[in-house]
Amino acid sequence: MIEELLYSAPSYLSTLIFFALGAGLLMMVLGFVTYAILAERKVIGFMQLRVGPNRVGGPLGLLQTVADVLKLLLKEDTIPKAADRPLFILAPVIAFAPAFMVLAAIPFSESLRFSDLGIGLLYYIAISGISTVGILMGGWASNNKYALLGGMRSAAQMISYEVPLVMSVIGIILLTGSLNLVEIVEAQQNLAYLFVQPLAFFIFLIASVAELNRTPFDLPEAESELVAGYHVEYSGFRWAFFMLTEYVYLFAMASITTILFLGGWNPVPFLEFIPGVIWFAIKFSIIVFIMIWLRATLPRLRADQLMSFGWKVLLPLALLNIFISAVIKEIWF
Amino acid sequence: MIRTEEMLLNVGPQHPSTHGVFRIVLKIDGEIIKEAKPVIGYLHRGTEKLAEDLQYTQIIPYTDRMDYLSAMTNNYIICHAVETMMEMEIPERADYLRILVMELGRVASHLVWFGTYLLDIGAMSPFLYAFREREMIINMLNEISGARLTFNYMRVGGVKWDAPEGWIEKVRDFVPHMRKQLAGYHDLISGNEIFLNRVKGVGYYTKEDAFAYSLSGANLRCTGVDWDLRKKEPYSLYDRFDFDVPVFDGGDAWTRYQCRMAEIEESLKIVEQAVEQFPAEGDIMAKVPRIIKPPAGETYVRIESPRGEIGCYIASQGKKEPYRLKFRRPSFYNLQILPKLLEGENIANLITILGGIDIVLGEVDG
Repeated sequence: MIEELLYSAPSYLSTLIFFALGAGLLMMVLGFVTYAILAERKVIGFMQLRVGPNRVGGPLGLLQTVADVLKLLLKEDTIPKAADRPLFILAPVIAFAPAFMVLAAIPFSESLRFSDLGIGLLYYIAISGISTVGILMGGWASNNKYALLGGMRSAAQMISYEVPLVMSVIGIILLTGSLNLVEIVEAQQNLAYLFVQPLAFFIFLIASVAELNRTPFDLPEAESELVAGYHVEYSGFRWAFFMLTEYVYLFAMASITTILFLGGWNPVPFLEFIPGVIWFAIKFSIIVFIMIWLRATLPRLRADQLMSFGWKVLLPLALLNIFISAVIKEIWF
Repeated sequence: MIRTEEMLLNVGPQHPSTHGVFRIVLKIDGEIIKEAKPVIGYLHRGTEKLAEDLQYTQIIPYTDRMDYLSAMTNNYIICHAVETMMEMEIPERADYLRILVMELGRVASHLVWFGTYLLDIGAMSPFLYAFREREMIINMLNEISGARLTFNYMRVGGVKWDAPEGWIEKVRDFVPHMRKQLAGYHDLISGNEIFLNRVKGVGYYTKEDAFAYSLSGANLRCTGVDWDLRKKEPYSLYDRFDFDVPVFDGGDAWTRYQCRMAEIEESLKIVEQAVEQFPAEGDIMAKVPRIIKPPAGETYVRIESPRGEIGCYIASQGKKEPYRLKFRRPSFYNLQILPKLLEGENIANLITILGGIDIVLGEVDG
């Protein structure tokens, strides 16, 4: 159905349907965020020999995040007197809107997708870069020294890691000959790019963790150094928006990793009877779990090490990967 | 040219990584520290002045609150000072109990340091693992003294309580368990590339600096100086045990980490031997007069606490209260080198260096 709508001429009906689908996707993502936070707390709790949330919503704490969100809604919304008021209010929105915009380009299965963008990958990378501006803006507008340091760190980090992130996927673009995410998945029908481009996968995974500001790259909000980093002055729902951004990006990044390297909705051989969406969900969950696992295991890098790692290790490796991919393409394809 | 200016950043007294109410005023250029000024005294309770109006037994609970992570060594230093003045003989069983609780306290203290240090560096889990083992020690100390942190366990002439039924066996079983867990910590942390990058070469100082700033404990031994009062000036029964003093030559945060981790192992060795040698019966208190009045005169004793050399000076006029009491609190001395180490470092290293010194604010502020 969606396929037909995608290629039909725009009409009031299709606009309405897409609007409803968009709302549905929004609900799905919010549901993911709710339970990703719970899962993160539960998994880390398990790894740290704790039980994690277990009070609200039964012994599994199923309503813990809901309660947290309600609490945030009821909190007083404070804006510091010395803050740059318009920027302070705008920052969470600018950080948050692109996080949802990128979701439009992500196909979840052959039929479950909301756009057929020829430049899907480019769109994703370009839009996701905007969030940095929001974070930097929040850090600056708070008029707080810790927030400023966090904001600057975040800007430096995201710019440095965006480069290897983009470079690492060029190999895939070369092999597929397309920026369209659906075509990239279809090209992996026989073999996932994880096995064709292992180097690119690791670069992409590392750079995406850095992009997501998660341990071991959580410098912008390094709790033990900068207290809370760029959102130190934010409270209530504005703060929640920054957190929401982070988890929506987790969703988007895990999806894009699944699509680019794990073969998206392509099933594992002999298990073709399971629908593509389920395969997508399984692969996606593995990536999310890895992110949570890393958080429970690793210490944090230092800002200068982070920079030198990004520029001196990841970027040359990504360039090498492009070179190798080009040679392979020239010889075998 | 863009005009730049230095920023004054106030870290603490409420900050997640200052280990209490420590405050440091930084002049920073970007993230580089130009000047650091520590401000202390937020936890000052005037222990030494208060002690002048207290009988010797009454001072003991105050020492619990100085270095609250290893209160047993603090208990010991005041008792040891008075016992030295009165030339008292301590029953063997009491001495063994003292050594057992002090060494268990040292392990617990190093575990807290290990956990919080890794937490500072950004790893969450080791903190919880370390606290699991520490909890076992705290429970054992709770069983023997009735308190989890502020033990008030030792008395002039011995200890207050005898080991309860089965306590020695518990301690014996704890040693192999702790060794196993320690190996786990090493697997998780000591080889971690990120951790090594964070600590290697950070906060370097030489042997001469360490002497000049009167550093002690692991902060001194990390520069290659073999100095441990348990070996050099054996007090209590420490000459009866076979253990090594871990000495590393490096002078950076990484060797300080290695030093402390090795010290846990050595303390376990001492605990193991003390359990073996533990006398089946005997008194736990010497014959002590009802009111303790050390003879007029002065004395200074020093022992090795987990944080370094803790000393106690007593000036007595033969009364039941001391005329003057002074503690040499190792954290306070160890902290003095901080401004020198911080110059030219970035903010992330501030946390690594401060954590590596291992301060307890109760002790710094007295």
